[in-house]
Amino acid sequence: MKETLLSLKNVSKAFDGKTVLDSLDLNILDGEFITLLGPSGCGKTTLLRLVAGFEQPDTGSVTLSGHDITHAVPEHRPLNTVFQNYALFPHMSVYDNVAYGLKMERRPKDEIRQRVDDVLAMVQLQNFARRKPHQLSGGQQQRVAIARAVVKRPQLLLLDEPLSALDYKLRRTMQVELKRLQRELGITFVFVTHDQEEALSMSDRVVVLKDGAVQQLGTPREIYERPANLFTARFVGETNLFPGYLASVGDEAITVDILGLRRTLQKPAFDVRKGEQVSVLLRPEDIRVLAPEDEQGLAGKIVERNYKGSTLDSVIHLEDGTEVLASEFFDEDDPTFDYKLGELVRVSWVDGWEWLLPVELEPVNEEAEGLATDA
Amino acid sequence: MKRRKGWPRMHRVFQQPFKTAVLLLVWGWLLLLVLTPNLLVVGASVMTRDPGSFLSLPLTLDSYRQLFDPLYLDVFLNSLYMAGVTTFFCLLIGYPFAWALSGLGKQRQTLLIFLLIVPFWTNSLVRTYALKLLLATNGLTNNTLMGLGLINEPLKMLYTEGAVIIGLVYLLLPFMILPLYSVFDDLKRELLMASHDLGAGKLSTFLHVTVPLTLPGVLAGVMLVLLPAMGLFFVADILGGSRNLLVGNVIKNQFLDARNWPFGAAASVLLTLAMAVLLFAHRLSQRRLGEEAQT
Repeated sequence: MKETLLSLKNVSKAFDGKTVLDSLDLNILDGEFITLLGPSGCGKTTLLRLVAGFEQPDTGSVTLSGHDITHAVPEHRPLNTVFQNYALFPHMSVYDNVAYGLKMERRPKDEIRQRVDDVLAMVQLQNFARRKPHQLSGGQQQRVAIARAVVKRPQLLLLDEPLSALDYKLRRTMQVELKRLQRELGITFVFVTHDQEEALSMSDRVVVLKDGAVQQLGTPREIYERPANLFTARFVGETNLFPGYLASVGDEAITVDILGLRRTLQKPAFDVRKGEQVSVLLRPEDIRVLAPEDEQGLAGKIVERNYKGSTLDSVIHLEDGTEVLASEFFDEDDPTFDYKLGELVRVSWVDGWEWLLPVELEPVNEEAEGLATDA
Repeated sequence: MKRRKGWPRMHRVFQQPFKTAVLLLVWGWLLLLVLTPNLLVVGASVMTRDPGSFLSLPLTLDSYRQLFDPLYLDVFLNSLYMAGVTTFFCLLIGYPFAWALSGLGKQRQTLLIFLLIVPFWTNSLVRTYALKLLLATNGLTNNTLMGLGLINEPLKMLYTEGAVIIGLVYLLLPFMILPLYSVFDDLKRELLMASHDLGAGKLSTFLHVTVPLTLPGVLAGVMLVLLPAMGLFFVADILGGSRNLLVGNVIKNQFLDARNWPFGAAASVLLTLAMAVLLFAHRLSQRRLGEEAQT
């Protein structure tokens, strides 16, 4: 079991009367890559600033390796930040940018040179030491920002949407690079993003935030396969939501009626009673699209098809109006596999892959709709 | 891309009549009203004084030699000293002012800048006379201080170098604040945060980040204050008595009273050269920041 490095207890923060963080508790383990994931305005950047010391919480405490740092100034905290727009000093060379933190520690000149050279080699910028930031590409500036932060060997590295300014390909490269750096350095990374794909592929654990509160904390797999609520389910990936009616409830198993289909499932962790409604969640890749003459499944018709290269994504309208997203891998045995718009099909799914959640009252204009857009 | 020459090629003249007209207007304006007068001044400075027609041949550098006459050298050095002190005080007041200004909400910033600009609507000569009323022996300041019993005799403030410096600072302060405000407004808060994050305290951050990044604004402010301060002869006339305190007074006297145009012109050229040196320094400091626009 890893030890707790950073611990936030009952942390609240409001700006102009608007609550940004709401009595939040969070423990970050030593050496892990943890991601704060949420839509814009969920409080993830504020949380990062509280840890870095740029904001003070209204209530609660921040503890780093057993020391209370709630009110410590940023310059006295043994952690460093990679800023969203890098915040490189424009009047200093790459070398001076990276050396800045060590100069502030008044390290001997030889040691500074050695450590700066080492870290620049690590991010493959040893030949760019004399350049000014504006003479570098976005990806190179990003590396300088990382080098500048890790050269001080912090206990904790905070990364505030560091990849959001890069184009898609460079982003993928930097994601791999960041994972490599984290493994090599053994530093705890706290990574902020609104990109769920990035969060899932990079993290040891993911914290899903909404309205200043933790929605779920878990491994990427837990978050994706067993979301704690509808918000997490919808924010992390695409989701099909079916209304379920509890036909019977036993000690171990329950029977759910889903639009007329009866399924026997394992009893969920939350309270269920016979006659109640539940939400049945299925990921698009769990859905199987069958021929219309098939006996099982729900009848519907194809209203959209999107060729995605490795998958064929389709939208199916069921007879009662429910919209279903399906994402199917191409089948090598069936090279003509495709759908026509308006084609009649039946929809089914792999038995036992359903995920049940209590029915939530959804406010109109649910923010979860416009998800991955962000500033 | 290679920069095109200022003169448009003929076939474009007809294709883009508006652009051509605007360019011609700008170039014409600069040639007629900036370059020509300056060349006339340079020309006048190398001619000989003539009591009848002001200027005559032969060409000579006598006027420039005369600038180094101890009498005038004294005026120059004194003028430089006065302008230097003025600039120092403008910077001392303007730098923290601009810094604080940039940290306020947008609405308050607009209001304060507006208040800063309002005095420009009144002629500076009128404002200098107003200052005279404040500083006079039986003026507002002295009367108030005596009324309060803080002093028994009126202080001598008017017709001192101090009065001239107060006047110069008063008139030129906005020219220091505006360029400084502009650089502080551009200074990204994230850079200061990054500095703190890397372990620098307030003083280190100020010296290593704030000062270097606001230096172009400081130099622009110094340019806009130092040289005009040497030339504002009427301030020295009204608040300093009729002594040759500033280069501006010398130039004015040479043209209007002594009728020595070549010498007055030479003194003007000297000021222009000083301006050129400062402009060059400003350019250098901006290049050092790497034309920040890209970051």
